[in-house]
Amino acid sequence: MHRVKVRVVEDALDANSTLAQANRADFDHHGVTVVNLMGAPGAGKTALLEQVVGHGLGDVRLGILEGDVEGSLDADRLARLHVPVTQINTAAGFGGECHLDANMVRSALGAVPLDEVDLLVIENVGNLVCPAEFRVGEDARVMVTSVTEGEDKPLKYPLMFRACDLVVVNKVDLLPHLDVDLELLLYRIDKVHPDVPVMVVSGRTGEGVDAVRHWLRELHEMKTAARMTTVS
Amino acid sequence: MHELSLASAVIDTAVRHADGRHVAAVHLRVGHLRQVVPASLLFYFEHVTRGTPCEGARLTFDEVPARMRCEACGHGWELRDLQFRCPACDAATVEVVAGEEFEVDWISVDQLEESCTA
Repeated sequence: MHRVKVRVVEDALDANSTLAQANRADFDHHGVTVVNLMGAPGAGKTALLEQVVGHGLGDVRLGILEGDVEGSLDADRLARLHVPVTQINTAAGFGGECHLDANMVRSALGAVPLDEVDLLVIENVGNLVCPAEFRVGEDARVMVTSVTEGEDKPLKYPLMFRACDLVVVNKVDLLPHLDVDLELLLYRIDKVHPDVPVMVVSGRTGEGVDAVRHWLRELHEMKTAARMTTVS
Repeated sequence: MHELSLASAVIDTAVRHADGRHVAAVHLRVGHLRQVVPASLLFYFEHVTRGTPCEGARLTFDEVPARMRCEACGHGWELRDLQFRCPACDAATVEVVAGEEFEVDWISVDQLEESCTA
């Protein structure tokens, strides 16, 4: 027996990327635009979704794929709003995964009524590190950060802030009660991800949510136009 | 925290390239921007390799510094202090040239003599 060296030079997450592309192809086939919604636990991802779903996106039909380590608390909250909600629990995986990966989303696809949905929001597991590493087949990534998390988060978790196409700064209704400097937070977001669109909102009062709804509608229109071009 | 999933991904890649042979060593190239904690990755790697063809394999890595290039003025720089805007012209349209890698560079495998004659 002897030892030989084998050149590999392959991204270790290639397998995930391949599955993410397969998911993306399925979504495209059904004309569904997909948003991967990420953020820390308690940032207000579900509250923001409740506001978006509550006001709707006009004729764009929403669907939600809800990722959690355990339970269906968020899915139950959203199901009351009469949109299709599908739950994925990651605890069934290897020790309770802290993020969704392409394979978990793939295994849940059969339960998502893709023909009844135009824009599917995949609410990722609350976490500021892992979800940024794993694409799931989304068209865009949105992260929610809240002012209660402090101004330092962009500098501590640059990977997440750089991985997203839109940053939603939540809980601005609480600013009068906090020592947080919103301008400093916005400056640091721009530092790690120059020119990323940022929207300042309150999931509680609904302030600023219209801008997020508008952004989602535009995303869907853009993706739909791009799909038509590809087909023709 | 994500090192558990990353360790599993590394092992899957190594096993696929090992073609049924035992893996003795795995070498990675890890970009500075990947926020990988080496001690944590080593810890999970040892656990997750148990019962796989990578059991007992040595894991080593090179860290790849983050290098940026400005698409507006062409200026290149090594990223420090998380300053992603171009330090020369302040443009936001910058590209990460290096520093986002998480790749298996090479593995070493135990080759049985008889399979060499085939």
